Amino acid sequence: MMAGPRTFDLKRYPGFGFIAAVCLGLLYLPLFVLVFFSFNERRSVSNWSEFSLDWYAKALANDAIRQAATNSFLVATVATISATILATAAALATTRVPRFRGLTGCYAVINSPLMVPEIVTAVALLSFLSLIGLELGVGNVMIAHTVFCLPFAYLPIRARLHGMDTALEQAAADLYADPVQTFRHVTLPMLMPGIVAGAALAFVISLDDFIITQMVASAGATTLPVYIYSQVRMGVTPEVNAVSSMLLGVSIVIVSLAVLLRKKETT
Amino acid sequence: MNAALSQTPPAAVGTAIELRSVTKVFQTGTAGSVTALDEVSLAIRDNEFFTLLGPSGCGKTTLLRLIAGFEQVTRGDILLFGDDVAGLPPHKRPINTVFQHYALFPHMTVAENVAFGLRMLRRNKAEIRRTVETMLTLVKMPDLGERKSSQLSGGQQQRVALARALANHPRVLLLDEPLSALDLKLRQEMRLELKTLQRETGITFIFVTHDQEEALTMSDRIAVLQAGRIQQVGTPDAIYEHPANPFVANFMGETNLLSAVLGTVERDMIRCQLEGGAEVLARPVGTKAAGCRVTLSLRPERIVLTADPGSGLAGRITDCLYRGTDTSYRVKLERGPELQVYEQNVADHSHGMSVGDSVRALIAPGAARILVG
Repeated sequence: MMAGPRTFDLKRYPGFGFIAAVCLGLLYLPLFVLVFFSFNERRSVSNWSEFSLDWYAKALANDAIRQAATNSFLVATVATISATILATAAALATTRVPRFRGLTGCYAVINSPLMVPEIVTAVALLSFLSLIGLELGVGNVMIAHTVFCLPFAYLPIRARLHGMDTALEQAAADLYADPVQTFRHVTLPMLMPGIVAGAALAFVISLDDFIITQMVASAGATTLPVYIYSQVRMGVTPEVNAVSSMLLGVSIVIVSLAVLLRKKETT
Repeated sequence: MNAALSQTPPAAVGTAIELRSVTKVFQTGTAGSVTALDEVSLAIRDNEFFTLLGPSGCGKTTLLRLIAGFEQVTRGDILLFGDDVAGLPPHKRPINTVFQHYALFPHMTVAENVAFGLRMLRRNKAEIRRTVETMLTLVKMPDLGERKSSQLSGGQQQRVALARALANHPRVLLLDEPLSALDLKLRQEMRLELKTLQRETGITFIFVTHDQEEALTMSDRIAVLQAGRIQQVGTPDAIYEHPANPFVANFMGETNLLSAVLGTVERDMIRCQLEGGAEVLARPVGTKAAGCRVTLSLRPERIVLTADPGSGLAGRITDCLYRGTDTSYRVKLERGPELQVYEQNVADHSHGMSVGDSVRALIAPGAARILVG
């Protein structure tokens, strides 16, 4: 878009370029350094020697890392699917009903994991799960992740539903579609961009979670972030950099896919 | 109103939809409520082009939504070909709707949109394909089946919405201000097409509009609604020529509403004395006798202006507005109120009259109507 000479243009303000550079630097320089030293040949994350993929090979051959990665993806997949289904149902229940007393309260309750400090949720889940005596190993982690992923999936789905013309659903009903058919043929396809965005967000949030997983995960249910943390305590090696870089790569790929899919849907 | 009703021919065919004392009250907020429809009774005949006409907020769209099943009545009954449809959800009613903003499914092609109803009815694929083709031809869009509905112009979307509704061969088609989003030329074209389509398919059309011209040109019968009540039901000419009350007279085109006192009956006419003393002749109505205070409706195009001093009511032109096909004058009668007059521009500078000129207003006996309401 071309900005006309009279339109407000933040870029022309003095200092804009400097502030932007500082912000971007703070955001991306550490990541760049992390990725850069994952390719270091020597066992140092501050002194560059020469390029090598050894640490990636080493990381991929490490059984503990493979186990943690498998757990991470398993947990993220299950948590994403359950959170997205629950979030879709919640979004329908909070937008496709006549306004009722306590609707705002419902929003607050559904989104509470966003507001409640994560450490509080973590401790609460830990003591609750042990109180009811649930010991499902990775299963416990999946339950915990579903809980805090819910609002991340809910928000984009609700936004999409909110902006959707209810006349479309009425048109479907008018054309002999019962409520189930209306949902399947009209509401769900129209909702898909929101669902994809919500699911991608939930997946990435689950994949990257540390605090809650650290509390809830029993031995053998370790996920990648928890594993990385345990390794860092023994000193950072380029192997940790390599694992972190791969985790970062996967997150970027998923978010980009979601964005691309949405673009394709809307054009 | 009775006069208007008795002028329409008796129903040759059955009744498509009958409303019996239908009342709809909407709850607003915690305590308040709004009565959208108040004791509406109406019989819409099979194969009829029936128009619900009224200003916005008069209840016409609510009435349509009740018939479609999107809303439920508060009191009263709706009968569809004799069957009470109370509690029947929209998808179980043999009725289809053309929505105001079309409500085409944006994630489907034109053909998929048109096929939607038949797919839901689980018709076989060959039949669906055939019907879709027929319908797209019917609405003059035979080659656009593969387009996405978002790639269509307003007029094309309108046609697809129509095809989608008609594909199911509904017994009743509801149209909710379907022409309001189109520009003038297209709107006039679509009026004719809709009327033709209705005649050819024989489907009962219930058409909602706030545009009196649309109602007059398309309808077999019109129901004029105001404030949740039916003001008058009748054929377009009955409603235009014999409005039941000042609201209908004013809403259906323009009119001079004049208060008058009834005088003596002269042959089949009754003398009506306007404020100021001038007299016009009107057809007597009902039991109104001499001395009664009434309101007259006198259409501006029924008054003829002449310079000839031998006839008519004397007056002076106070305003003159050239409007292309006609000229609009305001004439202050010497012994009466100011009148709005339209003169067709049949020749160059038809009358050559301008503000300040003395004129005579010729009002044919019976041109002024006594309003009952």
